[in-house]
Amino acid sequence: MIAEAEPRAVGGAVFRRPFYILLAIAALAIALMLWRFVAGLGATTALNDGYPWGLWIAFDVVTGTAFASGGYAMVLLVYILNRGQYHPLVRPALLTSAFGYSIAGLSVVIDVGRPWLAYKLPFFWHWNLRSVLLEVSLCIMSYTIVLWIELGPAILERARGSSISWIRRLGIQWLPAVRRSLVWVVAAGIMLPTMHQSGLGTLLLLSGPRLHPLWNTIMLPLLFLISCISMGFGMVVIESSLSSRMLGRRPEMGMLAGLGSAMRPVLILYLAVRLIDLVVRKQIDQLFAFDIFSIMSLLEFALFFGALSLLREEYQRRDLGTLFRASMCMLLGGALYRFDVFLLAFQPGPQWSYFPSVQETLISFGLVAAEVAGYVVLINWFPILAGADPSRLQRAPAN
Amino acid sequence: MGISRRSALKALVAAAATATLRRRKAQAAAVVARPDAVGLLYDATRCVGCKACMAACNKANDLPADTALSSGLSQMPVDLNERTKNIIKLYKDPASGEYSFVKRQCMHCLDPACTSACMLGALQKRDYGIVTYDPDLCIGCRYCQMACPFGVPRFEWSKVLPKIVKCELCNHRLAKGLNPACTEVCPTGAVIFGKYTDLLAEAHRRLEQHPGRYVPQVYGETEVGGTQVLYLAQVDFAKLGLPAYSSEPVPTAVREVFQEIYQGIVPPIALYALLAAVLTRSRRQLTGEEPETEE
Repeated sequence: MIAEAEPRAVGGAVFRRPFYILLAIAALAIALMLWRFVAGLGATTALNDGYPWGLWIAFDVVTGTAFASGGYAMVLLVYILNRGQYHPLVRPALLTSAFGYSIAGLSVVIDVGRPWLAYKLPFFWHWNLRSVLLEVSLCIMSYTIVLWIELGPAILERARGSSISWIRRLGIQWLPAVRRSLVWVVAAGIMLPTMHQSGLGTLLLLSGPRLHPLWNTIMLPLLFLISCISMGFGMVVIESSLSSRMLGRRPEMGMLAGLGSAMRPVLILYLAVRLIDLVVRKQIDQLFAFDIFSIMSLLEFALFFGALSLLREEYQRRDLGTLFRASMCMLLGGALYRFDVFLLAFQPGPQWSYFPSVQETLISFGLVAAEVAGYVVLINWFPILAGADPSRLQRAPAN
Repeated sequence: MGISRRSALKALVAAAATATLRRRKAQAAAVVARPDAVGLLYDATRCVGCKACMAACNKANDLPADTALSSGLSQMPVDLNERTKNIIKLYKDPASGEYSFVKRQCMHCLDPACTSACMLGALQKRDYGIVTYDPDLCIGCRYCQMACPFGVPRFEWSKVLPKIVKCELCNHRLAKGLNPACTEVCPTGAVIFGKYTDLLAEAHRRLEQHPGRYVPQVYGETEVGGTQVLYLAQVDFAKLGLPAYSSEPVPTAVREVFQEIYQGIVPPIALYALLAAVLTRSRRQLTGEEPETEE
């Protein structure tokens, strides 16, 4: 193990102006969330009986957890495909995932109409085993816990070096146990996202009769699963390049280029399944009808193909700018696909329309701000990022 | 560890692929109504649009009338909503003058999408095959609204402590030996209540007796696998908001991918064991490099 690749706390000053701006936006979102519980869903959202699921589900939950699939994608790559060289990228990916999933969970709590009964969800004697949403929600809840346990070593390593004695004891006592349990935890960390990321696609199979034929396919679960992996890789690249820029450090270019090549088979598989499915279901002509559905589908294809062509050659993958653009294409393509399925392909009838309300939008926005703020705090305080710049290292607490 | 990583991976991918791709040819196993099934038969040619059934429905179900459009004067909903479990709508083609009333309420499907969607079984087919709602098991996720192909379940958007609102075929009245309120007040017998098999026979009897009078189809006999509410009309059903759905029950696709993959929770457990086995080989890296953790 090279010393450079050891994860270390960044240890810079957290509380600067941009951070306070993030906090302010997050605080506004929290206030609006509380207001939602006072005023009700009708008064605060644009949701209606035709479009009962809106921005909070399509963005915060369905797209948000796909953005947060970096932890899943990296764990698959490093521990299952045995690419140990990418190990330094695992912790930051897990951190983004942990925040993404926690935010998604929070969004569900404000979205459901009767959250005070949600405590019944874990009790198996209530379960309707035919319900895809039950599977998805149980998996998302457990995976959120799994993600924080996967981050446990990072937090406990820091605790071990704490100057407060009981925190130090906590770190020393628990770190070995958490490390020993990791095999079982990480196994769950692969199984659960496999189940619920595909499950998010399965959800809309039940809306089949009211789903536009371009998206209404039994392959929905597979397409959701494959695209979440590409989005996870994309997020790791974006987050890695942004954090290296913000912290004035050299990006881990070799590793990122490697991720670039790992993305290619995933993208090719996604595009193949999507296209073959359209051909098999004889819907390919719908793709060129040039109505809103065809245009949005073509845009999805353009983004996925764009990402693929940006990653074609080794020199492209070694260029951070190109890699960043490819990742952006991938994230946008995957997000557009999810929005299309949940809000465009789903057609409750011409009398219904939905456009998110100001409150809905601000809450979604604020939750992202909270996520970024939390990320900044945690990389500063805990050993998450690998190979911190030496000038900052001296400020990092030794552990 | 006997399993090589590569063969384990191959097995995993193969299992996932077969599970996903295995699509049984639609066996068209027709859904059979349970013997005690009851329902409604609505004959649009007999309906005069008096809306007595709407007022009766609200009264029987303790729902306030939706008077928003009439500034509080009279019940005037434009669609099913949180105050309306039953509605009479008018279809009229201004060009040809063709018109028909249509009554909308829960169809009480033989194989409903909503009960498949519902996480804790708040919506369930209970006695008489009626799709009933138990708010104590509802967390308000509204997946039933996403799932219902007829757009029936409604949500109390205006309330802070909301519930789902849908026709339960007056099951509280049936328990007292009464019929659904809408059928009791209908002056022309346009909507009648009865045993599902009797209603289906009656619908076909009318089609045979008056061949020219109806579109030659009982809507709900086959649509989405069959519904316990049946329709006769003189106008194309699609124009009345009753789409030409296939006879495949809505939950079929979900059953094919979801229930087959998760059959008896065995595959997830097997996958978990396999993953743990593969991960054991990455243990050193997984648990951190420090010797103290290596027991």
